[in-house]
Amino acid sequence: MTTAPAPAGWRFRQPSVIPGFGLTLGFSLAYLTLIILIPLSGLVWRSAALGWPEFWSIVTDRRTVNALEISFGTAFVAAAVNVVFGTLVAWVLVRYRFPGRRVVDAMVDLPFALPTAVAGIALTTLYAPNGWIGKLLMPLGIKVAYTPLGIVIALIFIGLPFVVRTVQPIMEEIDREVEEAAATLGASRFQIITRILFPGLAPAITTGFALAFARGVGEYGSVIFIAGNLPYKSEIAPLLIVIRLEEYNYPAATAIAAIMLLLSFVMLLIINLAQSWSRKRYG
Amino acid sequence: MEVRVANVRKEFDRFPALHDVSLDIKSGELIALLGPSGSGKTTLLRLIAGLERPTRGKIFFGDEDASHRSIQERNVGFVFQHYALFRHMTVADNIGFGLKVRHGATRPPAQEIRRRASELLDLVQLSGLEKRYPAQLSGGQRQRVALARAMAIEPKVLLLDEPFGALDAQVRRELRRWLREIHDRTGHTTVFVTHDQEEALELADRVVVMSQGRIEQVGTADDIYDTPNSPFVYGFIGESSSLPVKVENGEIWLADRPIGLSAPHAPPGDATLFFRPHDVELLDGCSGCIAGTVVASRRVAGTRRVELEIGGQRQRVEIELPVGHPAAQKSRVAFRPGRWRLFPAA
Repeated sequence: MTTAPAPAGWRFRQPSVIPGFGLTLGFSLAYLTLIILIPLSGLVWRSAALGWPEFWSIVTDRRTVNALEISFGTAFVAAAVNVVFGTLVAWVLVRYRFPGRRVVDAMVDLPFALPTAVAGIALTTLYAPNGWIGKLLMPLGIKVAYTPLGIVIALIFIGLPFVVRTVQPIMEEIDREVEEAAATLGASRFQIITRILFPGLAPAITTGFALAFARGVGEYGSVIFIAGNLPYKSEIAPLLIVIRLEEYNYPAATAIAAIMLLLSFVMLLIINLAQSWSRKRYG
Repeated sequence: MEVRVANVRKEFDRFPALHDVSLDIKSGELIALLGPSGSGKTTLLRLIAGLERPTRGKIFFGDEDASHRSIQERNVGFVFQHYALFRHMTVADNIGFGLKVRHGATRPPAQEIRRRASELLDLVQLSGLEKRYPAQLSGGQRQRVALARAMAIEPKVLLLDEPFGALDAQVRRELRRWLREIHDRTGHTTVFVTHDQEEALELADRVVVMSQGRIEQVGTADDIYDTPNSPFVYGFIGESSSLPVKVENGEIWLADRPIGLSAPHAPPGDATLFFRPHDVELLDGCSGCIAGTVVASRRVAGTRRVELEIGGQRQRVEIELPVGHPAAQKSRVAFRPGRWRLFPAA
């Protein structure tokens, strides 16, 4: 038996001993189409029916722009806060052994499991001007509930596990010898963290940030209770979509959804590109 | 820099890893810590580096007590078995790291750091790879970078933990010769840990043989190989055969026959005779010798290794015969060890 010589140049499929390439790729594409692509293209389809001038006027409407700013702004701030404190929580869970560590570890996942509305109501009760924490903050002139600050707090709660769960496994893999090597070379504890550990964790932290951010942009349930939902001030874009739906204004709802989709997609794409660049460099 | 380890004991969770170890390392010496796994050799190395603190005892660098100095202050170069390179930094940045983290006036200017890195890369024969990342290097190259990084800080002592342990045999031999050359050229006091006796004997000025948290023997390759001072060293270094014997009136007896070796200073009683399988004298007749029945014969490289069963107790020993020696054909062989040693039975 003779085998045909491999054709030169680019080929769709690299030769591999692992079977099932066609089957699994076909399944993945069909699945993604069904679950993600068809619903999203329906969205684009509906908003395209609007026509460009009308789409543009909805998207540039003051209320829409404010809602988008609030959604993306608070999600960004919350994800940034989560990066700092989520990394800290992961550090404590990975590096130290203390009684109750497993309980703390399990607690991190609670925001995943808890119905978001429950979280929203609980946070509102705490941070409302007459709530336990709100009462203490009130004399300092800090108002949390019913302001964008409240939205940020709800999103921090929702996003925390995304950062912890992406950073934790990478942190566990860090080789102790690398830190020891840095110490023998004269690096202080602080230099070891900033120059050795942190750059190693950066890709995981970026992923955690992207996940927490994406989740925050789309979050609805927990935010609407604490936000107060004042148009132009603390109204998030997902809520505005729901409002438009309730008004039977489907084109406006889909237009806002489409612009959110586009913005999210661009931001996640940038983050992913940044990551694959760093992965290529550091192997 | 001289290093003196004085009566050091180290316990991990109350389990002793080193018992009362003392060792003097001369300036500029290349020393091997040799022993089976669990013998405490790596622990001793890490104690010198400051990566562990001794439970008791002191470690001196020159005349200065370094026991309570931090790792950072000790200024030692440490090379790990698995390289421990910083994988997000280029080769040049890895090597320059130790200089870059210095504070204020002690930190050389960036230009100087770069110059020093490329100088060290020349020394480890990797010139031109400054811009590579560790992931783009082979194992042997990574270990050279690790060594260059350790030497960049002009360490008082170079400490290497099984530096060639993760490399294949070929690269290992090459790097061994190369390490010796570098040592001769730079003159750093160097301590390396290994479980490979060939590596230790070939490379080191002096070898420290360790077992179960104690130093068994310290000496040159010749001392260690020719005059092992304990049954452990005899068994661990090179090939050895042993036989249970008895000492009476200064003569060595195997079962009920004298074997023609006298040990006038040995205390009477049970003892164990050690000798090297290749260091035996074959005899024809047997009045005062060890004689046994051939039970197995194997060809090993340039010699023939013969297993003999001796006496009524069927003790087995191995000796080596030249290939083609007539004795190998016989069913019974008589011999007497050339160089041997007697240790009282445990």
